[in-house]
Amino acid sequence: TFFQVTSVSLFIAEVYTPREVNTDGSIAAEDLNERQWQSTDVEVDRSDGTKDSESFTAAAARDQFQEELVIRPLHSGDIYASFQFRTLWDIDFLQERQKVSHYRLFPKSLGQVLSKFSVRELHISFTQGFWRTMQWGQPFIPSPPGAELWVWFHDTVSDVDGNWKELTNVLSGIFCASLNFIDLTNTVQPSASFKPLGLGNATDHRFLRYATLPREIVCTENLTPWKKLLPCGSKAGLSVLLKSEKLFHSSFHSQAVHIRPVCQDEQCTSKAWELRQTLNVVFDLYTSSQGKKEWSLFKMFSRTLTEACPLATSSKIYVDITDNPELFELNPVTPLLSQAVVLGDRRTYSVFDLTRAETFGQLCSLNLLLRDMLRPLLHAERYVAGFGLQTGEIHTVIYNNHPYRAFPVLLMDSVPWYLQLYIHTLTVTSKSRDNKPSYIHYQPAKDRHRPHLLEMLIQLPPHSMTEVTVQFERALLKWTEYTPDPNHGFYVGSSVVSALVPSMVAMNTNFTQDQPLFSSFVPVKEESSYFVRVYTEPLLVNLPTPDFSMPYNVICLTCTVVAVGYGSFYNLLTRTFQVDEPSLPLEKRLANLIRRIRGVPLLA
Amino acid sequence: MIKCTNLFFISHVSPGPCCLLQAEKQRGRYAALAIAAVVIVVGIPLWWKTTETYRAWLPFSEISELDSLQLQLSVDIEVVFSRGTLTPEQQKKFPLSHVNEKEHQVDVSIPELLTSPSTEADLSLHMLSESSCGSVVVYVIPETAALLPEDVKVYVGQRRTALLRSPPFKSSWSLKEVLSNLDVKVEQVVSTMSFSHQDIVAALSNRVRMAKVTKESMADSMRAIKSSPGYEITFSLLNPDPRSHSLHWDIEGAVQSCIQPLLNKLAPIANFSVDSQILYYVVLGVNPRFDNSVSAYTLSADSLSHVINPVEARLGSNAASSNPVLNFLLYVPDSHHSPLFIRDHSKREVPSNAFHSPRWGGIMVYNVNEMYGPEAEPPVDININMAKVMGVFLAQLRLMLGVQHTHPPTGFVLQSPGSAGLADWELDRLLWSRSVENIATASTTITSLAQLLDQIGNIVINDNIAQQVSSAVTSLQSAVAELEAGNLAFALQYSREAILASERAFFDPSLLHLLYFPDDQKFAIYIPLFLPMCVPIVLSLLKIVSEAKKRRADKQAKSD
Repeated sequence: TFFQVTSVSLFIAEVYTPREVNTDGSIAAEDLNERQWQSTDVEVDRSDGTKDSESFTAAAARDQFQEELVIRPLHSGDIYASFQFRTLWDIDFLQERQKVSHYRLFPKSLGQVLSKFSVRELHISFTQGFWRTMQWGQPFIPSPPGAELWVWFHDTVSDVDGNWKELTNVLSGIFCASLNFIDLTNTVQPSASFKPLGLGNATDHRFLRYATLPREIVCTENLTPWKKLLPCGSKAGLSVLLKSEKLFHSSFHSQAVHIRPVCQDEQCTSKAWELRQTLNVVFDLYTSSQGKKEWSLFKMFSRTLTEACPLATSSKIYVDITDNPELFELNPVTPLLSQAVVLGDRRTYSVFDLTRAETFGQLCSLNLLLRDMLRPLLHAERYVAGFGLQTGEIHTVIYNNHPYRAFPVLLMDSVPWYLQLYIHTLTVTSKSRDNKPSYIHYQPAKDRHRPHLLEMLIQLPPHSMTEVTVQFERALLKWTEYTPDPNHGFYVGSSVVSALVPSMVAMNTNFTQDQPLFSSFVPVKEESSYFVRVYTEPLLVNLPTPDFSMPYNVICLTCTVVAVGYGSFYNLLTRTFQVDEPSLPLEKRLANLIRRIRGVPLLA
Repeated sequence: MIKCTNLFFISHVSPGPCCLLQAEKQRGRYAALAIAAVVIVVGIPLWWKTTETYRAWLPFSEISELDSLQLQLSVDIEVVFSRGTLTPEQQKKFPLSHVNEKEHQVDVSIPELLTSPSTEADLSLHMLSESSCGSVVVYVIPETAALLPEDVKVYVGQRRTALLRSPPFKSSWSLKEVLSNLDVKVEQVVSTMSFSHQDIVAALSNRVRMAKVTKESMADSMRAIKSSPGYEITFSLLNPDPRSHSLHWDIEGAVQSCIQPLLNKLAPIANFSVDSQILYYVVLGVNPRFDNSVSAYTLSADSLSHVINPVEARLGSNAASSNPVLNFLLYVPDSHHSPLFIRDHSKREVPSNAFHSPRWGGIMVYNVNEMYGPEAEPPVDININMAKVMGVFLAQLRLMLGVQHTHPPTGFVLQSPGSAGLADWELDRLLWSRSVENIATASTTITSLAQLLDQIGNIVINDNIAQQVSSAVTSLQSAVAELEAGNLAFALQYSREAILASERAFFDPSLLHLLYFPDDQKFAIYIPLFLPMCVPIVLSLLKIVSEAKKRRADKQAKSD
């Protein structure tokens, strides 16, 4: 993660020695060093502003802000809390190409990004932990572990890659994240899996960029800038609950920003930018409260609510009471019940409207019991098989838990170039029979330039398990390409399974404003099915790792060998050879020794 | 070994052992010398060439010329005599051009030359002709003319013109005398309308440190934001209490009518972009004190410096560009701290209720408590009087941009700038000081870059950097030349190019690649090769030298 240091006080301290100029131009000579501020002398128009206070501009009223919290007790005993904040910016961005620059509720930093980089749609998520679909069911807005960013650019953009590079750098500054590590080697252009969620039917995937950073660690420094984008900050409304020490003490934490163009009304006469900020947390309260399945807002967030955000047109808390409402004891009791069809399931919610004064009793403590939940209809997981450091096999397993309906899913896989896929070994099997994908889009990797992209449309038979396997070989990296901790392994981002899952109940297809936010993110086109996106686990793959002191060793060894060779060569060339006086044999020397003792002349 | 000895036994029979030994020794010596020669002639240049850092050629001599920075500023001054100011004899002698040079010594080390050649011409008929950027037209009117009020000596208009009431001329004077009589007045006009010594000194202040500058022009130059190719102007409405009042401001209309004309006028200086935002729940960093005597809250001037930091955290940095940001904040205090007034150091209330911070922006406090109706129910809708607010912000913006308050000599009357917010000559003043400042900054950047590159031999200088440096140097030279010729618009254009190119060269990341690769580490890597190779060579060379000495000594002894 990336730390941004913003020091404001610095500039006052070092830039100048300020001094004050009085109205007559003379200098107040005393205490020159303390004054940074000077009064502004102007002729003031003393007329009162009240005279035109009744003529409000209608445009200002069109910006909207809504906030919402959904609490759903999960089958496993955990509590799932999902915040959604939605800001609508009423501006006709598609027609006027002039620079839009006046912001009311919409954050200025994001607005500037949209206009500077000609962004059509932007989705960014930061997730810590992995969403366990089999235990927790489907999340309202899915996200893969780490950071995910996908952006649709306007079709007027000529240099998409350049815009993308600059955009990631700017976003990494805004969100204090290491998004600047996104480059061409981990960016793909999926052809089918990521369609625009907002207005307009862009189909040319040249203007789409998708990247994940599975290694990204999400922490408070990402949360603070995210909170700053809210009109009420963390001062009022539901965002008061977003206290980082509690949010990050959880099993799952995911925060996201989705920006897209939407219709203001049903006829779509006027358009608006929609900014959705979502934050999903799963609290493990079961283990921390000695096995009692009870929770309260204070226990989860260590804060309570006192008011709605005054800028919000709606501010609501939904508590999922579908599972056996008789055994619930909800305090305070709310008379408001709401039914919503979300993710193919009709669920009942108690609604607390924070904009009404009577809601604020002592919110909110309740005990509950749970029964078995519905198994998710679509589920996927992934792992690496094989041994050794040369080859391996990626297994992706997709489950269709629907008892009698078959449905197609889009599987998207983006694999880094250093895992060289053997695409001829790609097999798809369902119920131990070969299942031929009806659509395959494969873009092979280029070493150090782009990753593999594999997209397939697979028909899942009812109540089945479909396995997709592909073998790969691990590449040898250059020694500067390894991460600082290469023995930890290299991450491969999650596969994405997107599908229209047949619904058990009729889905709500009309776009009315009263729909709760959590059920209205993905537009529903038909009653019989709903859109789901499932992310698998990211993979952690070991690559062959060299000894990093090797270059110096090699230099030393080579130099030694060269030096030895050179030394003997030099010796041979420059040594002066001279005649060796042959020394006397041993017996003669012994004889001489004896002769010397005896005083007899020595032998030659 | 045995074979070898046999060989030598056989060979030393014929030439004699002593002679053979000598030849053998000589051969060894030659071999050592040859190897040393190969190492020195081939090895060392090869190693030097292959491990050399790439350094492109830089125009060092031209850069050192720039360092002395001889600036010559010329202003075209047209002096127009209206009918009745000159006698016919004097008129005959026209046209006449006369140059008036003035030298300003700014600093001992950096002399700077200011020249104002004033070209004077006859009463021309194109009274209303559009004068070019940077020039000044002075109309001399008779002393008795009723055009100006009695006590007004000089009237400066909105454009680049001034009316000058002529002092009484004696009809016997020659034209020279008339002109020299006018000189003082014309000089005053020029220093008001184009630049004065202080402006130039202030523009050079980051280059020249001296005590001679008056404090006022120093304060002016420090208040103004640094020269930059673009500025972001951000208006923020701070509403700390959206529960009790909801504020509406017609910022679009106000910017269109108040700010945009000024910015259009300033377009040759920089690109401006304007945006606005509304921030909620922003609090000031200090608690205002309640003053019973006026039953209002007051902020004293001493505490104002603490206001900015908590607010700054919410303002948000500018994501889309790296230009400096000018912030203008409109703070509407919440109902519990209202009305709020700002007091200056002498404990008087500031009439505009606004303050500005040099090079940062301004804050205005806007009290709304009297706008609550008696039956109002929170949140109260309040429309902000943008004319009042924008008047203050416009004044602050002029200060930040360096449109300085001129303090004309007595008898001068300045026409108010009108709807554009800026008279032509005010723009010229700004252009003059901006050009000089740009030239000074760019030449400082280039000189220090050249000095740095000269000192640290490890830095790689790529071709693109060399190109940026030379384009900066040529732009600087042409900017200086244009200033000399009096073409202000071109001078500014070239000085901006120079600044851009010099900054790009200075901050190029490729300069850093090998900067911190120390020599001792390099040699630690080379030592396993160098040591075993060089030691035998050096030793055998030493031996050869000592032997040669010995032989010479022997020879000397023998000859003696």
